[in-house]
Amino acid sequence: MAFMTIADRAPHPRELMLLSVAGAVLFFGGWQLLAMSGAVSPQTLPSPIAVIGTAWQLAFEPFAGHTLLQHIVASLGRFAMGFGLAAAIGVPLGLAMGRFRLLDDIVSPIFEALRFIAPLAWVPFAALWFGTGIGGPVMVIFAGAFPPCLINAYRGAKLVEVRLVEAAQTLGAGGFRIMAEVLLPGALPSIVAGLRVSAGLAWQSLVGAELIVASAGIGYVMVQAQSNLAPAIVMAGMLSVGVIGLAIDVALRRAERLVKSRWGQA
Amino acid sequence: MKDIRFDNVTKSFPTRSGTPFVAIRDVSLAVAEREFVAVVGPSGSGKTTLMRMAAGLDHPSEGSVRVGGREVTAPGPDRAVVFQQFALFPWKTVRENIAFGLRCKGVPRARQDEIVAHYLKLMSMEGTEDRFPHQLSGGMQQRVAIARSYAIEPDVLLMDEPFGALDAQTRTVMQEELVRLTRKEPRTVLFITHAVDEAVYLADRVVVLARDPGRLREIIDIRPTREAEDWDSRPIDQVMDLASFTHLRTQVWRLLRDQIRPDD
Ligand SMILES: Nc1ncnc2c1ncn2[C@@H]1O[C@H](COP(=O)(O)OP(=O)(O)OP(=O)(O)O)[C@@H](O)[C@H]1O
Ligand SMILES: [Mg+2]
Repeated sequence: MAFMTIADRAPHPRELMLLSVAGAVLFFGGWQLLAMSGAVSPQTLPSPIAVIGTAWQLAFEPFAGHTLLQHIVASLGRFAMGFGLAAAIGVPLGLAMGRFRLLDDIVSPIFEALRFIAPLAWVPFAALWFGTGIGGPVMVIFAGAFPPCLINAYRGAKLVEVRLVEAAQTLGAGGFRIMAEVLLPGALPSIVAGLRVSAGLAWQSLVGAELIVASAGIGYVMVQAQSNLAPAIVMAGMLSVGVIGLAIDVALRRAERLVKSRWGQA
Repeated sequence: MKDIRFDNVTKSFPTRSGTPFVAIRDVSLAVAEREFVAVVGPSGSGKTTLMRMAAGLDHPSEGSVRVGGREVTAPGPDRAVVFQQFALFPWKTVRENIAFGLRCKGVPRARQDEIVAHYLKLMSMEGTEDRFPHQLSGGMQQRVAIARSYAIEPDVLLMDEPFGALDAQTRTVMQEELVRLTRKEPRTVLFITHAVDEAVYLADRVVVLARDPGRLREIIDIRPTREAEDWDSRPIDQVMDLASFTHLRTQVWRLLRDQIRPDD
């Protein structure tokens, strides 16, 4: 991440790396010093070392019914389901909307309106309709992950050269083949960029949803820890959320770059 | 085989100002089964538009376009199109591009490979089957596009300046190749070109269009002369030196010249 003004020159990758490390050291060092100074009680602000220690401990000792790893697995499972569902519906629908004007005209108004309901605002509805087990949280993740899947597939399909679709038609390709073999590959760079955004939103929405509906998962751990007045556990949960979110983003960024480099110049 | 009939076809496009732009006005033209018709005309005279209507990619505002006696409503593999700009799938290899139409038809894999190999050889492109279009020169890309259309063995071939991107040498080879191919296995061909030489050399008849609006100006019969002087059995450069050839070429050229403007 880089917050730069226009006047800034772009830093060299190695400089960037150094700056990132320096930033992290400053942040965690400051936090550690503040915690050690005794100015704030450990009951309010545990030190980063204490948080990491707690996370390590949680990996072996169950809290709220499960070990931290089991909670993470529960969260990742929901994440995969919600995100997968959003991609499986959003991408084909977006492509089809990019291709068929009628479908676009039918779906767009509903979509545009529903899009303004924040993922977390779906929680009460999701809990009522799909329960607090698997369905509810998955529905909330879906609400967060769906829009970028659909929008990027739609935009990608619109950018595919009309000539290529026409060539496929004159060669006898039907609607499905055109979607799968022309629109999908043509829109792939845009779709992959959308999936990355979508995965980030899915992960954010998930943890939010777990704060409210769930009996396992990182969000659930954090809520339980809060009511047990265990700030180190709360923060260990936050740490896990951040690290896993970062890992998902890095993985998808890499996939995105791969697709762009293989597709971009074609 | 199928014929193509344009009956009193007018095509206009909507414009922002509201008054529609007339690209083609009242064109009637019949291309007989197995006939090779070349269309020449200045830029903007509606050549591409005419071809797109036969392909089913555009629809006439007035009049009718029929192929094989049936009104054209949508594109179909009975009418293969070679586009003015290459329309190769950038994410497919040469082999996959040529095989695309065959897969749509459900041709078995082994047969697909045979057909692809056959056309690659015909286009002198052996050894390129695993390359992607962006790894080919413009001329090679165009040859792949042509192979892709031939491969589905359409009744009607619609070609929009297919040799426009080729260098003079390759162009000559391709022209001879097309003559060989279409005389051996005659198809109904609508062939659009800027090049008068090419039109006269290839076609049974040359259609000259005028522009503003695009309309039919004249149709010139080439076939009687070609057959009388047996052009097809001679090399192309010899044909182009024949008095009969230059005479026809001049005739077409005059019809065009009257309407050429400095901006062409
Ligand atoms: N979709 C469209 N919308 C509006 N006008 C169009 C459209 N397609 C073609 N035209 C116009 O119709 C006229 C004929 O176009 P067309 O492409 O058929 O010409 P052409 O003879 O093929 O020209 P060229 O030799 O340059 O390829 C042009 O004036 C063009 O601007
Ligand atoms: Mg044209």
